[in-house]
Amino acid sequence: MQDLTDLYQSVILDHNRRPRNRGKLPTANRVAHGDNPSCGDQCTVYLRLDGDRVGEITFEGSGCAISQASASLMTLHLKGKNLPEAEAIYGDVHKLVTTGQVDESNLSDLAALAGVHQFPARIKCATLGWHAALNAMKGDPVTATTETHKD
Amino acid sequence: MMNPSWNNVRADFPVLHQQVNGKPLVYLDNGATAQKPRSVIDALVRYYERDNSNVHRGLHALSMRATDAYEGARARVAKFINAADPAEVIFTRGTTESINVVARSWGHAHLKPGDVVLTTEFEHHSNLIPWQQAARAAGATLKFVPLLGADGEGSLDLAALDTLLTPQVKLFAFTHISNTLGTINPVAELCRRARAVGAATVIDAAQSIGHVPLDVQQIGCDFLAFSGHKMCGPTGIGVLYGRRALLDKLAPDETGGGIVVSVTYEDATWKPAPERFEAGTPNVADAIALGAACDYLDGLGRDRITAHDTQLVNLAMEKLSALPGIRIIGPRVGAQDRSGLISFAFDGVHAHDVVTFADEDGIALRGGHHCNQPLMRKLGLTSTTRASFYLYNTEEEVDRLVKSMQRIQRFFAG
Repeated sequence: MQDLTDLYQSVILDHNRRPRNRGKLPTANRVAHGDNPSCGDQCTVYLRLDGDRVGEITFEGSGCAISQASASLMTLHLKGKNLPEAEAIYGDVHKLVTTGQVDESNLSDLAALAGVHQFPARIKCATLGWHAALNAMKGDPVTATTETHKD
Repeated sequence: MMNPSWNNVRADFPVLHQQVNGKPLVYLDNGATAQKPRSVIDALVRYYERDNSNVHRGLHALSMRATDAYEGARARVAKFINAADPAEVIFTRGTTESINVVARSWGHAHLKPGDVVLTTEFEHHSNLIPWQQAARAAGATLKFVPLLGADGEGSLDLAALDTLLTPQVKLFAFTHISNTLGTINPVAELCRRARAVGAATVIDAAQSIGHVPLDVQQIGCDFLAFSGHKMCGPTGIGVLYGRRALLDKLAPDETGGGIVVSVTYEDATWKPAPERFEAGTPNVADAIALGAACDYLDGLGRDRITAHDTQLVNLAMEKLSALPGIRIIGPRVGAQDRSGLISFAFDGVHAHDVVTFADEDGIALRGGHHCNQPLMRKLGLTSTTRASFYLYNTEEEVDRLVKSMQRIQRFFAG
C-alpha cells in the first residue's frame, strides 16, 4: 500500500477540517445532487449562474475527507467560470486523480488530489462534487438531478 | 471430527496467518463475513474430490453419497437450531434470499389490502425492502416499531409494541441482533406477543447464528433466516427455517425440476417442504460444508463463543469510550442486550477515512451505512465504523484497534 500521507495531504486535511463555501445558497438558480450509493457519500451543489458564469457556488454533503476536501476546492476553482472553462478544469482534475499525470502548474492547490490515483477506490470520492457541479451548470434552472456516478 | 480446542483456535483458520500492509492481520469485520476453519475448507474439497454428483436423481454410488451428505447436512443444521424436523430447513443462497422467499410466497398467499406488516426501525435493508415490496403488492401497510432512546441506545420500544400489535398485523419481521447497533432483541418475547394477535413472525438471524445459542422452538418463531458465511461456513449457502405446517401450505417461490410430484403439459403438483422450495440442482457442496461449520461451532460451544465475544466487546467499549471524540452507538457497556459488535462515530473523521487508516495498520473494519440508511438518518449519522468480534479474536487485537484509533485521532487533529 502507498503511504497514506500521499492521499491525505495537508491541503486535503485543511479543506476537510474547514470546508469553504459549505451550506445552502439562498440565491441559487441551479441545484444538483450526486450520490455514491456504494459508500453512501452525497453532495448537493448550489450555484447561481450570472449569465453563463458561476456567480456563487456552495455545497452540502457528507463523506470522507477526500470527497469533502475535493468539493470544497471545487467551489473555489469554479467560481467565475463558464461551462467550457469548468469542463476544462474538471478534465485536468479527472486526469490527475485517475493517472496522477497532469501539468500541475494549471491546478495550483488542486494538485493535492494527485495522491488519489494510487487509491482507485477513492477516485469516485474525489469526483463526486465535480460531477454534481457540472450537472448543475448544464441542468434546468432549480432542478435537482440525481446522478448515479460509477467511475 | 475431533472437537476443536480453544487453546489453539487461531491455528484452525488459515486466513488469519498473514500480513496486511506489513502488519499481522487483525480481522474485525466478522459482522460482514466470518473466516473459515480448516475443517470447513476440507469438507468442500473432500466433496469435490470424492463425492461430487447430483442429488436426489442418480442411482449410482456417487449420487447416493452426495444425497446422503446433503440430507445429512440438512439434519445437522436442523439440530443446530433445534428444528422439530429436518424438513423445516430449506437451503437458500443466504439470509436475503430466505427473507425474499417468505415475503413473496407467504406475502402472496396471506396479505390483503388493509393488512399491516410490522417491522422495526433498525432492520438491515434485506429485512426491509422485501416487506416494502410485499406490502405494496398486496395493498397492505408497513409499520415500524420505534427505537427507544434519542441518543441511539438502540433497544426496541416494547411499550409502543402494545399499540402497534393490532389484529390487523399479519406478520412481524425483526432482526435477532442489529448489524449496526449490536442490540440483541428479546426474540422469544416478540414472537409470543405477535402470536397473541395472530401475526406470523420472521426473524433475521444473520448476526446471531453462530454467535449465540439459538433454538427455534424455544424462540417460537414461524420463520427464521440466516447465512452460512457468517457462521464460519461458505458463501452462497443459507437457510430458511419455517414451521412445517406453514411451509406445506405455501406455493413454491421458484419452480422447475426437483420440486414436483407429477407434471403434465398443463400443470404440476408440488412435493412437500423442503423440496418444494429447492427448485433446480441445489448447492450441495456448500450445504455439506455448512454442516461442517455447525460441527465446528458446537465443538467449541456456542455459549462459550458468546462469552468470548462479550468479553472482547466489553473491553473494546471500555477502552474506546475513554478516547475523546468517539461516540459509541447502541446499548451501553455491559448491557444485557449488547452483542459482540461495536459501532462508533468519530468527531470530525468520516468512517471511510477511519477504515482506510486502520487498514494501513493491518486491521479490517467496516465503515459506512451498514445497509441501514433509514436508521442512519434517524440517528443523525451518515456512517459509523464497526468492529465485530468472533471466536478467534484476542485481547491483543483489541489493543491494536485502540492504538490505531488513537493514531487516527492524532493525524486528523493535525
